[in-house]
Amino acid sequence: MILPPYLYDIQKSIEAHAKNFGLDFFEQVFEILDYKTMNEVAAYGGFPTRYPHWRFGMEYEQLTKSYSYGLSKIYEMVINNDPCYAYLLEGNSLVDQKLVIAHVCAHNDFFKNNYYFSKTNRKMIDEMANHATRIRRYMERFGVSRVEGFIDVCLSLDNLIDPMSMFIQRAPSKKSRRAKPEDDEAERGPQRFKLKAKSYMDKYINPPEPEEQGPKLDPEVEERPVLDRMPKFPLQPVRDVMQFLVEHGPLDPWQRDVMEIVREEAYYFAPQGMTKIMNEGWATYWHSTIMTQRVLSDDEVIDYADHAAGVLGGRFLNPYKIGVELFRHIEERWNKGRFGKEWEECENLADKRNWDRQLDLGREKIFQVRAIYNDVMFIDEFFTEDFCREQLFFTYGWNERNSQWEIQSRQYKQIKDQLLGMLTNFGNPHIYVEDGNFENRGELLLKHRHEGVDLRQDWARDTLVNLYKVWRRPTNIMTKVEGQGKLLSFDGKEHGERDATVD
Amino acid sequence: MSQKIDQDHSRFRKIVRGKIKQNLRKYMTQGELIGRKGKDKISIPLPQIEIPRFRYGNKDQGGVGQGEGEEGESLGGEKKPGQGGDAGDQPGEHVLEVEVTFEELAEIMGEELELPLIQPKGKKTVVAVKDRYKSIRRTGPESLRHFKRTFKHALRRQIAMGTYNPDKPVIIPIREDKRYRSWKEEALPETNAVIIYMMDVSGSMGDEQKEIVRIESFWIDTWLRSQYDGLESRYIIHDATAKEVDRETFFKTRESGGTMISSAYKLCAKMIEEEYDPQEWNIYPFHFSDGDNWSVDDTNLCIRVLKEQLMPWGNIFCYGQVESPYGSGQFLKDLKEKIGEEDDRLITSEIKGREAIVDSIRTFLGKGR
Repeated sequence: MILPPYLYDIQKSIEAHAKNFGLDFFEQVFEILDYKTMNEVAAYGGFPTRYPHWRFGMEYEQLTKSYSYGLSKIYEMVINNDPCYAYLLEGNSLVDQKLVIAHVCAHNDFFKNNYYFSKTNRKMIDEMANHATRIRRYMERFGVSRVEGFIDVCLSLDNLIDPMSMFIQRAPSKKSRRAKPEDDEAERGPQRFKLKAKSYMDKYINPPEPEEQGPKLDPEVEERPVLDRMPKFPLQPVRDVMQFLVEHGPLDPWQRDVMEIVREEAYYFAPQGMTKIMNEGWATYWHSTIMTQRVLSDDEVIDYADHAAGVLGGRFLNPYKIGVELFRHIEERWNKGRFGKEWEECENLADKRNWDRQLDLGREKIFQVRAIYNDVMFIDEFFTEDFCREQLFFTYGWNERNSQWEIQSRQYKQIKDQLLGMLTNFGNPHIYVEDGNFENRGELLLKHRHEGVDLRQDWARDTLVNLYKVWRRPTNIMTKVEGQGKLLSFDGKEHGERDATVD
Repeated sequence: MSQKIDQDHSRFRKIVRGKIKQNLRKYMTQGELIGRKGKDKISIPLPQIEIPRFRYGNKDQGGVGQGEGEEGESLGGEKKPGQGGDAGDQPGEHVLEVEVTFEELAEIMGEELELPLIQPKGKKTVVAVKDRYKSIRRTGPESLRHFKRTFKHALRRQIAMGTYNPDKPVIIPIREDKRYRSWKEEALPETNAVIIYMMDVSGSMGDEQKEIVRIESFWIDTWLRSQYDGLESRYIIHDATAKEVDRETFFKTRESGGTMISSAYKLCAKMIEEEYDPQEWNIYPFHFSDGDNWSVDDTNLCIRVLKEQLMPWGNIFCYGQVESPYGSGQFLKDLKEKIGEEDDRLITSEIKGREAIVDSIRTFLGKGR
């Protein structure tokens, strides 16, 4: 439902305030939804049309349940799209609606200007609807359970992507590789005799000279048995496991398409995972700035404060809280000139405490930060010891003996390491395709780069089973369990586990 | 926006159903399912429904928090809530729980164990007829005239005819305006049923034996409740003497005395005699023990009570003998010998361990009575 006029006026006035502050966002379309529809849209990740899948139904049931028990309610939802769609919950107080509108402006600004969103599809609402159409068509043709079952398989692998690949080139792309020989041919000129042939028959009718087939092997290699001489496949470990499977897995065309769809959606959501703290922090920073400095009337202050306390509370890591505090901290530091060589080298605590160069660079700095940082960089650079101490951070761990979570440490270094560890690759393990012809039997070997935490074993096994459904040959993963290198495998019937040396 | 989610939701419920069915036997042998139940719903942990991924175990991983507190201070138990949104975008490791209604659960159970539906005994359904005033008619006795509606219609008519004068608001209903209350006859099916649980709580019944009875009684309750509109449960514990207790006490009590089963049977018979007319009630006495009884005389007494009272009154009489290291199991043999196959109102079952619960339930409820 579109906004009633009084909310539309509020939207326009808040947007004007936001623009005055320098926020720059896509055109915004707000809709107001009752809680049922809100839960439905939320179950679909904010998109009006998604492909049919049971997990959306599960999500919906849980949202509905926790809403009806009064445990949680969704205040706002905003989609990275141009125009940007956002939803308000019907029946929320006017203060809440204002707050959400201001919050959305900042999210939208973040989507538009943060570097890590620069490669996302800004017509994703349409794209998702197209995905839905394609998958529905497959379901009609091949049966709902079959297609849904394969989606389950794909989803189980959808964290095995390479989110940074959008911004760098890891290996020469296929196209450029194919283009090369033709260039060479032009250079070589007419020395070689060639039969006339259609392009697609050319390499059969005019087979390349032996030395052209590949780089010359040095004599030492030549002497090794043939098997060792074969180039590794893939040549380098591949981070984007899904891409590898799409290209090389023995899939039916529809399966390939389904997998590509799941992969594309995973890439679309990746930047949101990469910038969760910043994004929420930025939005919270701006809604509080806009609300307290421009919008709130006197009688609304209490409601606003109540809401803010609710959102920013909790003892476990709260991205809203850490994000907004960090942005404020940065602003203060750059306003007072607390950065650079002079600041770093100052040893006098009293000086440091009263340090104020009155540079007023804070706003400028945070705008810069929102444009070029992601969470890992954000924490790595700005999560300082002072900040950590002021904000009372700690690490916690599971105490097996008492079956409870306990505060473990207040050491700056440990806290920061823990935070960075959790954020790197969104807390996902680093897993690569190591060998697509493992044991020379066409088996798949993945390798987990162990960084101190073991994989969850039961899930790892189940994932191997799903991987088998794609690769149709035994699947293996090299990992460590309790310090010991292990090769976990699944051969289609049974799970295997044996010790292995992992470098 | 159309409710597309309904499709996905029903897919999800279907999957849940399938999973429960698949794992029903496991649930029926483990107690973990029971206990998290509400009035008419029960939540069941279903970890298998989640999509597996290569991920870290949460408990190995720990996390970062914010706030007061000393090192080593507790942050609370099982849950690691991501308050205010998913903290750090990590899915919590809480086990997924789904809710099902008892009705649904009984249905799944019936399908999986192939239980026949129960034919209520005697007058198949005891029906009481009740009159309820719930509609309106245009004719009727003046004593049932609906004053307000009648005048509303009269007002409406007068306005339509232009004879209503707001300055002099006089409303006169004519015959067409009159409305009368009217009733409908409602048949209330009164298939009432009662389960009377009896259990030996003498020293030889250990915790494991009681746990088996607890699990079994849960499933019996679930099934019978789905078959009858009103179901009552009563609980009798006995050692050398018997007394009625509530459910809690039933599973907790442990006495050290000897065992006289007849005491329980007599109390049960008295209970039925006083409160549950066998003509109107479907009666299900269940007795669980480890098979030890004080004396042969007492066993004979039991058999007499069974033959003369409990068996003729009840739909069935079920005796479940839970194997225990101390019990002789003699009682079951005696029952079989003295009553034997001749009477199919007596159903006996030997429960050797948790694995036998499923079969035992099937034996008890498989007759469809």
